[in-house]
Amino acid sequence: MELIKPEIGLLFWMSVSFLTLLFLLGKFAWPMILKSLKEREDSIAEALNSARRAKEEMAALVAGNERLIQQARAERDQMLKEARDAKDAILAEAKTKSQSEANKIMAAARETITTEKLAAITELKNQVAIMSIEIAEKILRQELSNDEKQKSLMQNLMKDINLN
Amino acid sequence: MLQSIHNQFVSGAKAVFATLLFVLFTCLVYASEGSDTTMASAEHESAVATAHETVAGDAGAEHGEKKFDAGAMIMEHIGDSHGWHLWGKGHNAVSVPLPIIIYSGERGITTFMSSSFHHGEKTYKGYRLTEKGKIEAVQQMDEVPAKSAAIDEKVNASIIDFSITKNVAALLFSIILILWMFISVAKSYARRKGEAPKGLQSLIEPLVVFVRDDIAKASIGPKYEKFMPYLLTVFFFIWINNLLGLIPILPGGANVTGNIAITLTLAVITFLITCFSANKSYWRHVFAMPGVPIGVLVLLTPIELLGVFLRPFVLTIRLFANITAGHIIALSFFSLIFIFGEASAGAGWGVSILSVAFVIFMTVLELLVAFLQAYVFTFLSAIYFGAAVEEHHHDHDGHDAHVEEAAIV
Repeated sequence: MELIKPEIGLLFWMSVSFLTLLFLLGKFAWPMILKSLKEREDSIAEALNSARRAKEEMAALVAGNERLIQQARAERDQMLKEARDAKDAILAEAKTKSQSEANKIMAAARETITTEKLAAITELKNQVAIMSIEIAEKILRQELSNDEKQKSLMQNLMKDINLN
Repeated sequence: MLQSIHNQFVSGAKAVFATLLFVLFTCLVYASEGSDTTMASAEHESAVATAHETVAGDAGAEHGEKKFDAGAMIMEHIGDSHGWHLWGKGHNAVSVPLPIIIYSGERGITTFMSSSFHHGEKTYKGYRLTEKGKIEAVQQMDEVPAKSAAIDEKVNASIIDFSITKNVAALLFSIILILWMFISVAKSYARRKGEAPKGLQSLIEPLVVFVRDDIAKASIGPKYEKFMPYLLTVFFFIWINNLLGLIPILPGGANVTGNIAITLTLAVITFLITCFSANKSYWRHVFAMPGVPIGVLVLLTPIELLGVFLRPFVLTIRLFANITAGHIIALSFFSLIFIFGEASAGAGWGVSILSVAFVIFMTVLELLVAFLQAYVFTFLSAIYFGAAVEEHHHDHDGHDAHVEEAAIV
């Protein structure tokens, strides 16, 4: 029965010393320990959060870079294509232009040639006519150097005229 | 990483080694004290004078002179005493004297050291030590042999013993130890702000987090913070005193948490905190459970009210009984050595091997129990606080929760 009968002395000392312990720890130990624990937990949570945010930002950045590269590549392709088109267009235009120019030149040359030819022909005709007249004159002079011959010529010419 | 594993291994090995040492000491100290009790219970002055220190085997040699009383030995060990016995017995016993503080209505406060009693053989300042270790008032005011003094019944009825007994001394030691531990830990938190814990901090921190997250937050809910100082103090107080109780030599060895006065004080504090922090809803659930017809309330309210007082009572008994039982079992195994030793010395030595093996097992188990009981006491306190501050919703769930609380008691 001694065992389960609380001693007043021990009850007294226990109450005094435990309440003192509670007071002292409550004043000097627990607030500091709990506060530090909470602060550290918060800072760890914060660090984890910021790490996750940084990772997300990094991913976003990488994605952005990728997009930029893609865009640049598309732009380059576009530019190359445009350049090629422009080249083709210029070439085609130049070809058409030169063709038409050539045609024009040809036409002009042809015209000139025709004109020159006509002029030459006219000239030639005139020369031939002059020469013919001169020849005819010389022949006539020779032919008509005697009467006989003049008469026979007359007759011949008369014959021709009758035939015509 | 490797370093920490190495450290853990080293500290683990140290712990095992320390436990073995403790057990060896336990064996020796209990053995010698066991013989001492034998003497004391036999009340043979001459035997006491001629006795010498003995260990396990010698118990058998004393066969025939006096019987080994296992019950008395165990009760002495788990009980309280004036003076902290170290070794030896009777007249030659070496013990740390402790202050005696006696208050009596007629004589006022009397203080002196327990060594003045000369192991209960002499009276001192009108008091003597009885066989049971109690202090008794006697008529003779000068120093006379205790046997020849006559009891002063009138004074004896009024005395209150405020002595620093073995348990009080162990209690004060543990409180100084706890204060030193936690204030130094708090200082290292202040010094190494935001850094990882180190040394004693690393031991304390997981336990503090355990009490906060798994006990307080889980059982009390959002209002847990104001109960944290008490829960932490009570947890570490019980745990450290349980562990000190497992150490058989000087700073430990007292059965502090296995003393009903200690557990009663703790339980009463839990009870008072519960009552003072309880809200209206808690009291309404005690005195007039909502949604219960008046006819049933006549029955239910006394039960609820009984439950309120039953909780601290159960807290008191649980801790006291668990720790005391552990001590009794360990001591019983040692007693076996002497009981067999009385039959023959050889049997005593033979049984000692088995007994020591069992005591090692029990000590390891008690290490677990030390933690478990600290946890259970703190956890139940937290549950009672939780019930006291909980905002009851008057629905089916609320009622169910209440039934569960009752079941936990």
